[in-house]
Amino acid sequence: MKGTNLGEFEELVLLTIAALVSEAYSVSVCDELEKHTGRKVKLGVVHSVLNRLEEKGLVKSKLGEATSMRGGKRKRYYSVTNAGKVAVVKAKEVRDQLWSLIPELSFKNI
Amino acid sequence: MTTPNIQPPKWATKFLAWYCKPELLEDLQGDLNEFFYRHVKEKGIRKARLIYMIDVIKFLRLYTIRKPSFVNILIQWIMLGSYFKTSGRNILRNKLFSSINIIGLAISMSVGLVLIAFVVELKSFDKFHKNYNRIYRVKSTYESISNNGIDEYASTSVLAGKKISESISGVEKVAILRSNFNADLHVGEKTIPLEGFWASEEFLNIFSFQLLGGNAETALGELNSIVLTSSAAKKLYGRDDVVGSQVLVDTTNYTITAVVKDPPLNSHLRFDMLGSFITIDTKRQNDNDKNWMKWDYIWQNYVYLLVPEKRNLESISKSFAEISDEQNKTLENETINIYPQPLSEVVISADLSNNIGPNFSKSLLVVLGGLALIVVISACFNYTNLSIARALRRAREVGIRKVVGASKGQVFSQFIVEAIIISLLSLIFAFFIFLLIRPSFISLDSSIQEMVTLEPAPIIYLLFVAMAVGVGILAGLFPALFFSKMNTIKVLKNLSSIQLFKHINFRKVLIVFQYTLSIGFIVAVSIGYRQYQYSIAFDLGLTTENILNIDLQNNKPELVIKELTELPEVKNISKSLYVTAVGTSWSGYFRGDDPQDSTNFYYNYVDEHFISMHEIKLLAGKNFSSKISEDSDDASIIINQKLLKWMNLENPEDAVGKEVFMNGKKCTVIGVMQDFHHNKLNNPISYFAFRYFNKLPSHWSGVVNLKVQTPDVMGMMDKINAAWKKVDPIHPLKATFYDEKIKKAYAEMTGMIKIIGFLAFLSISIASMGLLGMVVFTTETRIREISVRKVFGATERSLIMLMSKGFILLLTISSLIAIPAAYFLFDQMIFARIAYRAPLGFIDLFSGTFIVLSIALLAISSQTLKVARVNPSTTLRNE
Repeated sequence: MKGTNLGEFEELVLLTIAALVSEAYSVSVCDELEKHTGRKVKLGVVHSVLNRLEEKGLVKSKLGEATSMRGGKRKRYYSVTNAGKVAVVKAKEVRDQLWSLIPELSFKNI
Repeated sequence: MTTPNIQPPKWATKFLAWYCKPELLEDLQGDLNEFFYRHVKEKGIRKARLIYMIDVIKFLRLYTIRKPSFVNILIQWIMLGSYFKTSGRNILRNKLFSSINIIGLAISMSVGLVLIAFVVELKSFDKFHKNYNRIYRVKSTYESISNNGIDEYASTSVLAGKKISESISGVEKVAILRSNFNADLHVGEKTIPLEGFWASEEFLNIFSFQLLGGNAETALGELNSIVLTSSAAKKLYGRDDVVGSQVLVDTTNYTITAVVKDPPLNSHLRFDMLGSFITIDTKRQNDNDKNWMKWDYIWQNYVYLLVPEKRNLESISKSFAEISDEQNKTLENETINIYPQPLSEVVISADLSNNIGPNFSKSLLVVLGGLALIVVISACFNYTNLSIARALRRAREVGIRKVVGASKGQVFSQFIVEAIIISLLSLIFAFFIFLLIRPSFISLDSSIQEMVTLEPAPIIYLLFVAMAVGVGILAGLFPALFFSKMNTIKVLKNLSSIQLFKHINFRKVLIVFQYTLSIGFIVAVSIGYRQYQYSIAFDLGLTTENILNIDLQNNKPELVIKELTELPEVKNISKSLYVTAVGTSWSGYFRGDDPQDSTNFYYNYVDEHFISMHEIKLLAGKNFSSKISEDSDDASIIINQKLLKWMNLENPEDAVGKEVFMNGKKCTVIGVMQDFHHNKLNNPISYFAFRYFNKLPSHWSGVVNLKVQTPDVMGMMDKINAAWKKVDPIHPLKATFYDEKIKKAYAEMTGMIKIIGFLAFLSISIASMGLLGMVVFTTETRIREISVRKVFGATERSLIMLMSKGFILLLTISSLIAIPAAYFLFDQMIFARIAYRAPLGFIDLFSGTFIVLSIALLAISSQTLKVARVNPSTTLRNE
């Protein structure tokens, strides 16, 4: 995962943030991912990925409002930066290109 | 939605806050809280809390951990300079308080230094052996039906050594050692008495004594081989390359097979020479010595094992137990079990009998360590007490520091640093005191003298500094907490709002603690001293005055006696096997007609003059007769009243003429004597008898007892010495007055009394200084109140009463705690096993208390009087 290349989970997190628009913070990302992928997502993992994405400059964050639900602590909302957008789009393009290269036949034999 | 009392575990939250980067902390806490409340709903509180804790620990990752910033470290360093400066100023400004603190800490720490040096030196014992960690000694427990309880011995039987080397796997090498190889070595005209051990072949392979010549593998393998230390060789030959030479040991020729370097001071095995064990083994077996290979012949033999690096101690212990079980079947009334004991436990040992070499009881060490620690803590309390009491003077400084931006942690570290500076200063003084008291500590007891030098090694200096830092932290902890929690605004707005006396109860407790200790110590000393006095002055039932005991050292008694009778000062002479009532005793089995019923009893061999000379009363029968010739195997014995009672006889006359058996040998009772104390006073009078001294058991020497009368003891000793020289020019005279010997028998008590006495002195001085400091402080703060009272007409006496009332109450509480506690401790625990105890009197319990209290009162009244006498106008004018 060197440079701007995205790991699989990083890509998922990034997409989730984009999908949640203004409601993206660690817990909601967790929930959303669980809902869509069906796999158990640990907060610790999401947290470290968010932290890493921010370090790479793919997302930015700001502190939001506090709720009693969180014991009076504020949420950290994430949003995708331009670089982030470029990274997901690029990832998608790479896949699309690869998809387009696969002849119909080759899946039928599997 | 959330009830306030459902919360994640506090410590976990705190832990998270402690390690987490501040910029990540808030939302991470929030996330964890959100999940926590979610889990509470789904899985219950307990599970939720558990998950929370696990999560907190799981979040401990590289990216979440707060990194110590360079700036912070830099600030700490810069501030350290400031702390030094302010601490230095403070020390100088309050000379009285600083000196109380420094002196108190210094004298208490000096005790700690002695103890540290002592323990480090004890721990260094035997470390020079390459196989230190792999060497074990075999110890034995001994239990017999006539003896209550189980005794532990450092020694074991020859049989055990042989069985272990034959049958146990998992043991690499076994060496058997037998003590008391004492002999005169003759080379040409020269005769030198030397002491050492019989040691078996593997001895030099297990232990790393350095060989100067010869072969370690074979040196002790042959009959009549001997290994000398280099100093012994030099004494005999003037050089130490003597391997292969012949030497006459008593009457037998031995070959010197090796020369070893002298065992160092920190070796528990000390010897001039080693004889090959096979020599004595063969000799005893040829002599048909029935005891030699018995399982209960455990008194003088030591077995050492070398185990491999990958040892299986459990299986060794198990095999030991198997051997013990098997061998115990051969014994009738005794049970002896053997256990391995690591070399590291040999010198600092549990209380074992028959120890060889220097050793120090572990429990005694713990007690001493505890006492020293108490004294150190007491000095720390002084510091704590005085610092908190003087908070008023430092409060503004702390306030300003906080306003300028000092954090709690910084204030805390400032006061800790200050305490450490003071304790390091004290360490310098403590070291000088250590050098001063070192010689007296070493000369406390001859056994300590043989063991240690207390010369500080580098590691010891390191420990000294570590101790000083530890003491500083301990002393500074409470003041530092107190100051760091101080409320800045309140302090700066109104100084008097500090609740100075909020901690007054805490301080009172500390004072009571110190005085309880001081009084406890001094009561302990007076009780101990009283018991010692009682023991040495006790009427033993035999006269010991003006009796000089001379160790025969294998000389013929007749020759010695012949020389000594010519001296006019010697009024009477008798012989005995050993000196009674000083802790030595011989025991055996005694039975009457009934072969099933026997008892353990003690005996001594004496001649016909002994009983009259020691003024022991004969109740019936007669004394031994001088007509019994040298060689006749006389079997008459004189028994004491306890034995008489055991034989179920009332009248002493009835016993005379009875036939009894001692150690299976038939004897005739010819007399009954009054009970006297044949053992130390720790034990009650037991069954005891005298046998006639005509032929001693082989290898035993005996004692000549002289009744002397002279105004000039020194002159007489010179004459006796001259007479001794005629008989035995080689061995120096070993003569002790009976009374001296009794005192020596209780010498361990005097050592303990001296140590506790010293600690009592220290603890009293520390407590008094602390009290003085507190009194000075209280009187200073109350000086205006006193002046106002005086203006309104209070008398000096009532003022003194007013100010000392509180302190006197504290002292009373201390004595009420200390006296019963000390009494209980001695009555129920320490003296509980001593059979003859001095009655504890009013004076013993209260004299010490009285001294301590009068010193305290002196301190209080001197200060209060000073304040009470001040002219009110001088203090009030400035208002």
